[in-house]
Amino acid sequence: MTLVFGLITGTLFGAFLQQAEALRFERQVGAMRLVDMTIVKFMLTTIVVGSIGVYLLSDLGVVSFSPRSLSLGLQIIGGLLFGAGWAIIGYCPGTSIGALAEGRFHVLWPIAGMLIGGLVFALIYPFVQSTIRPIGNFGSLSLPQILGVSHWVVIAALAVGSFFLFRFFERKGL
Amino acid sequence: MTISSKQKPYVFGALAGLLLTASVGIAGEFFGTSTTFPRASTWLLTTLGVDISGLAFAQASGGSLTGASFPDWQLLFVIGIGVGAFLAARLSGTFKTESMPPMWVETMGSSRGKRIAFSLVGGAVAMIGARMAGGCPSGHGVSGMSQLGLSSLIALTMFFVGGVATARVLYKGGAA
Repeated sequence: MTLVFGLITGTLFGAFLQQAEALRFERQVGAMRLVDMTIVKFMLTTIVVGSIGVYLLSDLGVVSFSPRSLSLGLQIIGGLLFGAGWAIIGYCPGTSIGALAEGRFHVLWPIAGMLIGGLVFALIYPFVQSTIRPIGNFGSLSLPQILGVSHWVVIAALAVGSFFLFRFFERKGL
Repeated sequence: MTISSKQKPYVFGALAGLLLTASVGIAGEFFGTSTTFPRASTWLLTTLGVDISGLAFAQASGGSLTGASFPDWQLLFVIGIGVGAFLAARLSGTFKTESMPPMWVETMGSSRGKRIAFSLVGGAVAMIGARMAGGCPSGHGVSGMSQLGLSSLIALTMFFVGGVATARVLYKGGAA
């Protein structure tokens, strides 16, 4: 059943990404060239709605979760590497599959590159764990925890901040 | 009702947020895609008869980092993205075959070899980075940020810092 849920959820997500035009190379690289904020609008809207949803479920006791653990070394070095690769290939892992499905066959090369990268990561995994993970390792931390406020305050700030950012994007025609 | 193209990223983004909520509530699964790539490549190697059981990577997390965990929720989620994108593209008449990204050709030229070389290296760097950071724009971006995780905020910020800086070099700041 888990597998069926995965397929259904993925199918809907793929359709939403496709209809928002978020799968396109031009949208992805456009965001990084600061000329087209389509993917930022999509992602931030998803985050605002998603955060309200999952914290509501958590408050109702339906689910419990804790954020991914924090290691400054892993997130800063890994994040910068990912960003660099992302700008070069013009796709992230999820959108690459969707882009292939909407006919952008040139994405096969970035997908091959990512598969190679997955293998390289498997080989350097011990080094990453022993050398990079310990840099600034804090475990699971959430923004409400470190700010000492209710999660609803953080979500409200996120929503308001996103609203003004969106207004700015629309005014600038981004 | 038709949705104007200006509204699309917001409307479909909000739907994706509801979908995430439903997925967490019903299946207990947050979105993520990048773990499937090392799983797929190790699965390919194993299928080709290469023994990877000696690698620390194959032993970590009870083997769940490799293809040994196939088929799992995330593999089907990733396949689903392809199915959904294909159906939506076909039904909306936006399916379009392309052999090179036009924006790339405009700045970097039409050499296919150059694009392939950059794609292989860039793809590898992106995946090493994503797995190191512990997620990609769906895992850290959408799921991690929805959980208001500090690690995800830092990772997502770094994705864009690295991306904007690299795009500036590649496209020579050639903002339109």
